[in-house]
Amino acid sequence: MSGNNGHGQTLAEKILSRASGLDRVVPGQIIEGQVDLAMMHEQGAQTVGPFHEMGAPRVWDPERVVIAIDHWVPASTEGAAVLHRILRKFAAEQHLTHFYDVGNHGICHQILAEDGWVVPGDLAVGTDSHTNMLGAVGAVAAGIGPTEMAAVLALGKLWLKVPPTLNVRVEGRLGKGVVAKDIVLRVLGEVKTTGATYKSVEFSGPTIERLSMPERFTICNMTTEMGAKCGMMPPDATTEEYLRNIAKHPSHPLRADADAAYERQITINVDDMPPMIACPYSPDNVRPLPDVAREHVKVDQVFLGSCTNARIEDLREGAALMRGHKVHADVRFIVSPASTKIYKQALEEGLLQVFTDAGAVFTNSSCSACFGGNMGILAPDEVCASSSNRNFPGRMGPKEARIYLMSPQATVAAAIRGEITDPREFL
Amino acid sequence: MQDPMEGRVWTLGKDVDTDGIIGGKYLTIIDPQELKKHVFEIALPEFAQAALPGDIIIADENFGCGSSREHAPQAMKAIGVGAVVADSFARIFFRNAINLGLPAIEAPGVRKIFEAGDTARIELKKGQITNLRTGASVTFPPLPAHLLHLLEVGGLVEKVKDELRQRAAAGPVV
Ligand code: SF4
Repeated sequence: MSGNNGHGQTLAEKILSRASGLDRVVPGQIIEGQVDLAMMHEQGAQTVGPFHEMGAPRVWDPERVVIAIDHWVPASTEGAAVLHRILRKFAAEQHLTHFYDVGNHGICHQILAEDGWVVPGDLAVGTDSHTNMLGAVGAVAAGIGPTEMAAVLALGKLWLKVPPTLNVRVEGRLGKGVVAKDIVLRVLGEVKTTGATYKSVEFSGPTIERLSMPERFTICNMTTEMGAKCGMMPPDATTEEYLRNIAKHPSHPLRADADAAYERQITINVDDMPPMIACPYSPDNVRPLPDVAREHVKVDQVFLGSCTNARIEDLREGAALMRGHKVHADVRFIVSPASTKIYKQALEEGLLQVFTDAGAVFTNSSCSACFGGNMGILAPDEVCASSSNRNFPGRMGPKEARIYLMSPQATVAAAIRGEITDPREFL
Repeated sequence: MQDPMEGRVWTLGKDVDTDGIIGGKYLTIIDPQELKKHVFEIALPEFAQAALPGDIIIADENFGCGSSREHAPQAMKAIGVGAVVADSFARIFFRNAINLGLPAIEAPGVRKIFEAGDTARIELKKGQITNLRTGASVTFPPLPAHLLHLLEVGGLVEKVKDELRQRAAAGPVV
């Protein structure tokens, strides 16, 4: 299907109209958007220098700034300790009280999600590329660099080019053992890593409407792998219910016009779709997981974690498959909850016990093995089955190591069998 | 920002991820002079040793995809890369480069007309890049005015500095 020639506005256009105080905006237009929420993690340490260099006396609005340290928690190198120190000092100086420090830490995107920092209609920016995840509440949430963040902290606004929108409609019912991660992998297989570059990806359709917020976060998270500036879903009763007691500021729910002008529309039907898997070395190298399982791909490490898939629901689903099984003798299974809150919940629900009894290592909440800079690093000839979002060369250390991306359920199946396995065999 | 500029060419393929420009293990390094020693360690291992100021990187589609690490353009700038030209860029890399004052030029078809070691001539405002060895050239839409302005003033820090200075001069807002 090609673009819809309507004259209405897409969700991103509506939100950016609001952020820029204009009646309407069109793709390609350059606007200045007022920022509702600015998030920094360790990369924010690189914001401090340019912020001072710019000569800004203070942060534009400390109530709208969140700092969460997540990549190296607790600090594993001197360099990381220095980054943390820079942020702590900056936060104290600038009275930035929404600082999620060691002990109250978690992956920055999960912190924003679980504490209601981003609400419908917001323009949110973060110093991490997966900030897109927060678009699941019906917001424009985008990753920016640290120098750009310095400008946001100084002025409370940033320049943006209004993106054209790719509409992805999802129809059909998921089979048993097939989950939100499989949907987004399937979409990636079609859209590819460049298919949405500079674009907004707007999901719609009955399957999306039935998804819970955690599932929506998983899907919007990986619009980053499509190259998208932002990915989002229309806010509805599920969104409202999720944010009811946690929203940090008033929301402005907006929806796309029925005749919105999309640059491109695709429809995916998930009836009869098997679990999916992204093979090395690209998140768009997607195949049906059962096909890969038939090749008996042995794994050395398994990772159930990351901002894509380490929410309590993911750990519960994983633990349900894990119960009564052991981690394969040749496998190191790393489970890392996405936040301290989730860690505690997993402890209370006995999930930590299930995983550790099976022979997994249950780490504190952080990015953990996701990015090859802290822990869970691979040897050059090793293979990892992971619930995270990237498998480019060098992502978990050496460029030769091979990473397969899949659902949390599929990681557990791989941990048990020691090879890529269809999780439905354990249902 | 030099316009036009000439420089020796290094070539890269498509989908060069930021992990390939500067690996995850170097992300705690803040000093650009330290960072530049590891630039392109995975994607172009001989580069850090042999690079000369003013060298030009020419890549295929989707250059700089992956994480938002500003370390990538920062390390390239620190080692003296004059410009990076690609068939297309990943979004955040592009923004980071421009914000740091490193010219990033999207010129579809550019990769095909260059080989490593060629000399490129870039005319930024005119929107043309030429291979001085073969004479082949590709045109591209020049950057929008506000981005050219960012490059001219030397990046976002300088631009915001100006804006804050002007605000201060204008007195308190009521
Ligand atoms: S979990 Fe991985 S993808 Fe997510 S923010 Fe951390 S390093 Fe990035």
